[in-house]
Amino acid sequence: MTPADRRAVITGVGAVAPGGHGREAYWDLLTAGRTATRRISLFDPAGFRSRVAAECDFDPLAAGLTPQEVRRMDRAGQFAVVAAREAVADSGIELPGADPERVAVSIGSAVGCTTGLEEEYAVLSDGGRHWLVDHSYGVPHLYGHMVPSTLAVEVARQAGAEGPVALISTGCTSGLDAIGHAVQLIEEGTADVVLAGATDAPLSPITSACFDAIKATTANNDDPEHASRPFDGRRDGFVLGEGSAVMVIEELESARRRGATVYAEILGFAGRSNAFHMTGLKPDGREMAEAIRVALDRARLDPGDIDYINAHGSGTKQNDRHETAAFKRSLGQRAREVPISSIKSMIGHSLGAIGSLEIAACALALRHQVVPPTANLSTPDPECDLDYVPVTAREHRMDRVLSVGSGFGGFQTAMVLGRPSARHGEAA
Amino acid sequence: MSASGIRPGRRGRSVVTGIGVVAPTGIGAARHWESVLAGKSGIGRITRFDPTGYPVRVAGEVPGFRAGEQVPGRLVPQTDRFTHFALAAAEDALADAAADPATLPEYEMAVVTASSSGGTEFGQHEMENLYQQGSSWVGAYQSIAWFYAATTGQVSIRHGMRGPCGVICGEQAGGLDALGQSRRLLDTGSRLVLSGGTDASLCPYGLVAQLSTGHLSTEDDPARAYLPFDAAASGFVPGEGGAILVVENAEAARARGVPSYGELLGYAAGFDPTADGTAARHSVLVSVIHRALTDAGLTPDAVDMVFADASGVPAEDLAEARAITEVFGPGGVPVTAPKTLTGRLYAGGAALDVATALLALSAGVVPHTAGLGRPAPGCEIDLVLDRPRQTDPRTALVLARGHGGFTSALLVGAGDRPLRAQPA
Repeated sequence: MTPADRRAVITGVGAVAPGGHGREAYWDLLTAGRTATRRISLFDPAGFRSRVAAECDFDPLAAGLTPQEVRRMDRAGQFAVVAAREAVADSGIELPGADPERVAVSIGSAVGCTTGLEEEYAVLSDGGRHWLVDHSYGVPHLYGHMVPSTLAVEVARQAGAEGPVALISTGCTSGLDAIGHAVQLIEEGTADVVLAGATDAPLSPITSACFDAIKATTANNDDPEHASRPFDGRRDGFVLGEGSAVMVIEELESARRRGATVYAEILGFAGRSNAFHMTGLKPDGREMAEAIRVALDRARLDPGDIDYINAHGSGTKQNDRHETAAFKRSLGQRAREVPISSIKSMIGHSLGAIGSLEIAACALALRHQVVPPTANLSTPDPECDLDYVPVTAREHRMDRVLSVGSGFGGFQTAMVLGRPSARHGEAA
Repeated sequence: MSASGIRPGRRGRSVVTGIGVVAPTGIGAARHWESVLAGKSGIGRITRFDPTGYPVRVAGEVPGFRAGEQVPGRLVPQTDRFTHFALAAAEDALADAAADPATLPEYEMAVVTASSSGGTEFGQHEMENLYQQGSSWVGAYQSIAWFYAATTGQVSIRHGMRGPCGVICGEQAGGLDALGQSRRLLDTGSRLVLSGGTDASLCPYGLVAQLSTGHLSTEDDPARAYLPFDAAASGFVPGEGGAILVVENAEAARARGVPSYGELLGYAAGFDPTADGTAARHSVLVSVIHRALTDAGLTPDAVDMVFADASGVPAEDLAEARAITEVFGPGGVPVTAPKTLTGRLYAGGAALDVATALLALSAGVVPHTAGLGRPAPGCEIDLVLDRPRQTDPRTALVLARGHGGFTSALLVGAGDRPLRAQPA
């Protein structure tokens, strides 16, 4: 089979997200338009500029992890393993299977195990008192926190994977890029099954402090439930979140052979970099538009074929305008016709993980034919003049959807998903 | 075209046209290669902080690296040392390849690097500020210096490379995975990729985190601390640095009229889900080597030398020696590990091994593994000891394993850029 004949489809979805446990609760939250943002409870946020976050109510033991797994894994690792187990169960695939070399893992994460790394730092340095930190307080799994690759290792152990295992870390596009990497592995023939997704648990003092320092996060501390306001004129920065989505991605024919139910096919994927600034975006959206154009080209689709856009929609002024410009630049008139929404309005921005949660949302949207809304969008920014599906979910006929991401470092990624058999030239 | 952009037809050829090195063996490919041939070690007592109170006191530090001279001034305070190394190495690699990014199509150039632990030293400083003085003392650059994508982002910006940039983390195997990814990018529309990896985690917190694996050697004598495959092996020595390579589409390189050090012939990656960090099964490595050979369309007898992962942890050495023996037969291929001169460089380690392998192919020699004495029982491999062998190798297999079970192999073949076998 040629690469174009080896098609990558999603057959299982697992999610750990703010506002509820598991895939079903996640979809309920998104379609209800409920926000999961609140005052930070995972640490005392007093003294921080931004004190709002979208937290997961996550009990690792109740979620099925053993005491040793809980001790060994950072919170981000715990999320990923729980999401991976749900995805595998959902897909009905038997893992470890008969051919572990054909099973790969591709997990994205922007900041790895920083929460664990910071907690241990605080002890080893005795509250920052000692530059020469005290190694006698080191925990046995400390190195596992220092290298983000641990997150992929933990998922790979769950699957008994002996194929390629990768941790992809391209900032806030890590999730989309990790899923894109999975598609490459399937198309080139290296793997038949990939556990792909992303995880981040960045709600810790050091991450909050570094976003405070550049005023990227919201200071709307008095009204946490309405603090994440993508495309709204009253937005003032993003709301940090956490979570993970992991998906079972399979080669279509082998998925069919085992009678799997397909959520969606990944039809096209492309990344571009703006080579402009580590955190800044040019208002013209030029490189994101190019990523969208190439993703559509690879999917052999036209702008008119796109029925919904899952936006990056972080809720910073520069992102929302950059992205709106990118949609107009790449899709022309279609940008004004198609519903667009940002689920970060409800679950915040979980950095590298968010791309995987957004692709999971796209897969669920295609299955249920419902567009999740952009919550809190009540006073539109006049410069963001497209249909962002304010406040209320919308039933909508969708065959093909676009999801985009944009991240620190200049990364711009676009991915096109379709209902099963929604490829160009096939009846959907 | 497929969803990820793979075009119909045969995979194109990927060649390496430029090498940039920042390593304990020296800054610049020429100095590094001189050290390799001379068996000159870059391992010594740690100077970046006082290691007296720690059980590990030796490491491979990059000598004489002055960020202020080798990195644009504005970027020095904005980035960690691992990014300083990569910016310097990328600059060198582009110059070596006679490539001027300003003259090439912006979307057809990309950067894909390996990262193993990000801006560790920068992060420790900022956490100290946070815990000692408060959140408002954390600097604005923490958000862009600490994370694993810092290097790729900065290098992409510096050279105007707007293609599909990436970051792969597979600990010590990551360097090979990044190069494997560079080949994928060349197959999906890119023509030139800066790829490789660097690491710089020789700060107190970085070292202490590494201690937790129990794999570091506690030997104080730099000449005795890192002896892979040796009866006296006692773990490994950590190091800093790495290499960045210019990987190009062969036709694009030919069109530019530049010679190549060699070609990326085959690549494969696998994983050992049962690895607990002490003894990855040799069968996984065997399988990965076979898959890399298949990818290259070669058989084991076509391999002229093997650059070993050479962990220095006896059980891992034994597993690797068994794997090599199983594929090539007892003593069936010369095996070398010049990394005994640098220590293990994490994200930079495998990238530097590939650079060394390409330099060796260009020079027509198999470099030796300096410092080893008596091979450990059970290691039935033909280790190249004492001095380089002038056997004009045409292919090299580079092996790498990363903490937790990562296992990768890359086959490289000789190019058309000769190098003097002995330094003048």
